[in-house]
Amino acid sequence: MIEEIRFYISYPFVRYALIVGTLIALCSSLLGVSLVLKRFSYIGDGLSHVAFGALAVASVFNLTNNTLVVMPVTIAAAILLLRTGQNTKLYGDSAIAMVSVGALAVGYLVMNLFSTSANASGDVCSTLFGSTSILTLTRAEVALCIVMSVIVVVLFVLLYNRIFAVTFDENFARATGVKAQLYNTLIAVITAIIIVLAMNLVGSLLVSALVVFPALSAMRVIKSFKGVVIYSAVISVCCSLVGITLSILFSTPVGSTIVAANIVVFIGNCIAGRKR
Amino acid sequence: MSYIKCRNLVLGYEGMVVAENISFEVNKGDYLCIVGENGAGKSTLMKTLLGLTPPMGGVFECSDGLNAHEIGYLPQQTFVQRDFPASVWEIVLSGTLSSCGRRPFFGKAQKELAEKNMRRMDIWDLRKECYRKLSGGQQQRVLLARALCASSVLLVLDEPVTGLDPKVTVEFYQLIKRLNNEGLTIIMVSHDVQAAIEYASHILHIEKERSFIGTVQEYMESEFWRELATKLEMRY
Repeated sequence: MIEEIRFYISYPFVRYALIVGTLIALCSSLLGVSLVLKRFSYIGDGLSHVAFGALAVASVFNLTNNTLVVMPVTIAAAILLLRTGQNTKLYGDSAIAMVSVGALAVGYLVMNLFSTSANASGDVCSTLFGSTSILTLTRAEVALCIVMSVIVVVLFVLLYNRIFAVTFDENFARATGVKAQLYNTLIAVITAIIIVLAMNLVGSLLVSALVVFPALSAMRVIKSFKGVVIYSAVISVCCSLVGITLSILFSTPVGSTIVAANIVVFIGNCIAGRKR
Repeated sequence: MSYIKCRNLVLGYEGMVVAENISFEVNKGDYLCIVGENGAGKSTLMKTLLGLTPPMGGVFECSDGLNAHEIGYLPQQTFVQRDFPASVWEIVLSGTLSSCGRRPFFGKAQKELAEKNMRRMDIWDLRKECYRKLSGGQQQRVLLARALCASSVLLVLDEPVTGLDPKVTVEFYQLIKRLNNEGLTIIMVSHDVQAAIEYASHILHIEKERSFIGTVQEYMESEFWRELATKLEMRY
């Protein structure tokens, strides 16, 4: 088996997949802790559906680089969802349900009506659940992913203390002069970026699994914020690497294999947490 | 020397007036208790003091050496999420954030300040514990240490004894009184009028259209107190 892995690693597309998989897993888990604790998990879910809709429209127009369309649309949706989510008058959760399901429906409709490819439902399936697209990444896509990931990690480290303050107690943070609204918006924007990047890896339906599972697993056993952040990053990267390797060896779908690995780790951590 | 001055304050949110005609001053060393019926605007006044909700009218000034945001805030107990992973040390240290300025990380000064206030609140030995495993009284002292890190001059407390048992409640009031004697200015929102007249120096009683501000002595001679006393007697 080791021989087999070594054989595959010699191909650049496998190395690209491993690099991108690691980086996306790292970024999504860093942010996931904050999103889960702020009860923002739903934003991740809603955004992935919006990104799917945007991707559908973009692919119909046969644009050379889909990310250029999908990224701004998703970021705009992130800011919008955050605003309505905080406005109690507008029933935040139903607004998000409406936007996300609406985007999903329109995306599917557009893909079916105007699709140039012969296998429309196959396209839809691979966008939703991830496909082999992680194995067909171009150099430029890998470079984009590396740059974005570095930005996300650097921002997270620099703003770590403020993110903790805003996540733990927003009112206290605001009273002591932390611009909470700014950080909330920043968190939403970064979430949007990660979701668009992660769609290559696991597909839009499974993206939120990448965001919530590592954080929830880590919270079962670790009792400090810093510990949870570090442990969830480790879990996420390991699950991603194991998932990609297994999917190459046994030719299973990449996205669902990674998520399955995350589920196994979550159950393991639940049991470990129970014993204490 | 007055830290906070309010004149004809109108309080409310989303276009609805909750209370109006509120005028009062808070001077250095005061222990002010804000009392009033539920829905009279106590929490809204609190949010205005903290700069979270702008007043709908009137004048609100912070003055005489009190910088904006130099307020230590102790929120109601219920806010903390049950599954939040955070150690005592992380929480107290986060109170020093306003003194970091633009620097991204905590320096030596912040860590020393956090340690000083944790020792002051007698929670230094708990620093590695998980916050949500602590008892109600211990949690309250952790949040108090955090508030003291944010401000060494003014503490604002929102219904601080909700959910504490009677013995811990008395200890907590004595702790606050001790801080007040050490020179800290205290503003406390409370529904516990008995404790307010026992520990505070001044009372602000707010109702929808009128309000009372004065020393405890003056309050007990006012019609507000007489009305309240009649109501309390009726209940027993």
